[in-house]
Amino acid sequence: MDKTTTISVAKAITETPQPENEIARGAVELVHAVGMHARPAVKLTKLAKRFKARIAVRVAGAVDWIDAKSVAKVMAMRAAQGSVIEFEAQGADASAAVEALTTLVAADFPDTGR
Amino acid sequence: MRADGAPLGQREAGADEAGALRAALAAADRQLSKLAAAAGKDAAEILEFQIALLADDALLGPIFAAIAQGAAADAAWAQAMAEQIADYRAAADEYLRARSADIADLRDRVLSALYGGEANPKTGRAGAVICADDLPPSRFLEIDWSAGGGLALSQGSATSHVAMLARARGVPMVVQLGEVPEPADAALLDADEGILEVDPPVARIQALATRQENQVLSRAADLAALENPSISFRGEPVRLMLNIQGPADLDHPDARYADGVGLMRTEFLFGRADLPDEEKQRSVYEQVLNWAGERPVVIRTVDAGGDKPVRGLTEAREANPFLGVRGLRLSLKRPDIFAVQLRALARAAALGKLRVMFPMVTTPEEFKTARRLFVQAVEELKSAGVRASLPEIGIMVEVPAAALTIESFPASFFSIGSNDLTQYVTACDRTNGALASLADPLNPGVLELIRRVAEHGRKLGVSVSLCGDIAGEPRYLETLLRCGLREFSMSPPALAAVKRALAALSRKSDHV
Repeated sequence: MDKTTTISVAKAITETPQPENEIARGAVELVHAVGMHARPAVKLTKLAKRFKARIAVRVAGAVDWIDAKSVAKVMAMRAAQGSVIEFEAQGADASAAVEALTTLVAADFPDTGR
Repeated sequence: MRADGAPLGQREAGADEAGALRAALAAADRQLSKLAAAAGKDAAEILEFQIALLADDALLGPIFAAIAQGAAADAAWAQAMAEQIADYRAAADEYLRARSADIADLRDRVLSALYGGEANPKTGRAGAVICADDLPPSRFLEIDWSAGGGLALSQGSATSHVAMLARARGVPMVVQLGEVPEPADAALLDADEGILEVDPPVARIQALATRQENQVLSRAADLAALENPSISFRGEPVRLMLNIQGPADLDHPDARYADGVGLMRTEFLFGRADLPDEEKQRSVYEQVLNWAGERPVVIRTVDAGGDKPVRGLTEAREANPFLGVRGLRLSLKRPDIFAVQLRALARAAALGKLRVMFPMVTTPEEFKTARRLFVQAVEELKSAGVRASLPEIGIMVEVPAAALTIESFPASFFSIGSNDLTQYVTACDRTNGALASLADPLNPGVLELIRRVAEHGRKLGVSVSLCGDIAGEPRYLETLLRCGLREFSMSPPALAAVKRALAALSRKSDHV
């Protein structure tokens, strides 16, 4: 069975039409067996840094949004396996950023080579 | 020699403290990137985390702000790292607590660069026994282990990152020595026994050298057998699977050579103060399925009772617990607890190649009842919108009545539990040492039942494996193969020896 097709993903992306101040949001279930540990956190922040948009992340229900480009903060988020991660991005490439990040989490942080 | 201790240094705060810190961060980044490039994948992942921290603006921002307010670079950096370390140490999760060592490692590396010192001042003589209270992963990677040597830690833990790296590289390591001896000309590190001996007598050195040589030869032969992908007996493929208690057993270096998991016991999940909830169970099952990938995983529903009592689950007082309410009998008596496990298994079944078997099945009716409960659990999950599927369902064959009427069980596979089967066929309590010679798994009565079950499986084309202790003992292998079995499940440490024995029998069988 292909593993990636069996992962349950709750993913909803909404966008507003203005490209410069575009805001995009998305949510995805963290399926990684051990939660947001060092390896996934490094991958997530590395990917986030490729985008110009400001990107915030939180565990669904948490009060504070945190900077998705900070590995220290993403680790401190202490997201456990099975929790839902929410993203909110603002900037020209916001929807592409949210799309890429939710895909990364949904696919369980695959190795892509550097 | 010792290889730890915080970097010592003195520096005068200069005019450009921010610039000094930037240079130190860049130096640390260069050193770590170089180590990561040379290290294996496991080590690179540990170092990547440190490298990412060096480029973390949210982390560095306040440090540079403090410097702009007049703080010295080293003080501002050390202060911020101390906060991070305290944060990780306070975490409930053991994994996160262990990350405090990674941060301390990074702190010291940047401080060393600020003090203008060498990053790795003490790599020492090649082949030396390195002593420390504990050793961060990046220091371990800086040491040249190619000439041998070993690691003796007065503290440290066998589950730390450095222990993982040492195991992967075959570096002998002893932890929790308590006290590290003074430097000496010669030291003998016996990682098998957990001993560090300074200036040992010649006879001890020779004895260890001989043992080492034998281990190297034996391990080389093990690896040759393990890496042989397919071994057959009389032209039929033989599959070697693993018996495990949980995901941690899959860390054994030989585990990856197995053809799958033939028996995952779930009693350990139930051994704690509270019965495990559905989510906890599902996540453990999923970890094992993730490890296995395309290989099959057989999970056995809880086999409590007998010699494995579980508080809050098993009957308190039974005159004869081995003949009592145990295994599936107990699960059917406690459908509330059984349902939780079936739901967790049904959810895991949607994720990989899962098979589930019931222990201590006596009659086909029990099997059918349990299967009906399983189907019901799957339907309930699905109607609630939860991903779930019904896995292949099989039984353990350990009750003689089941072995004798094997054709009446509509199971998808069979697994012979030879430990219990032997105890029930020979009427010998397996925990009674006085009966050891009578409790013989090669008793013709036991072998006859094994033969019947294997033959039934052949006729129907369903898998029959054997997962008792004898599967992991090479001396029984030929007999079991001659009974018709082609699938065996054993603990990870037994795999290499069994595969070696199998390779020899395989060559022999080709000439028959």
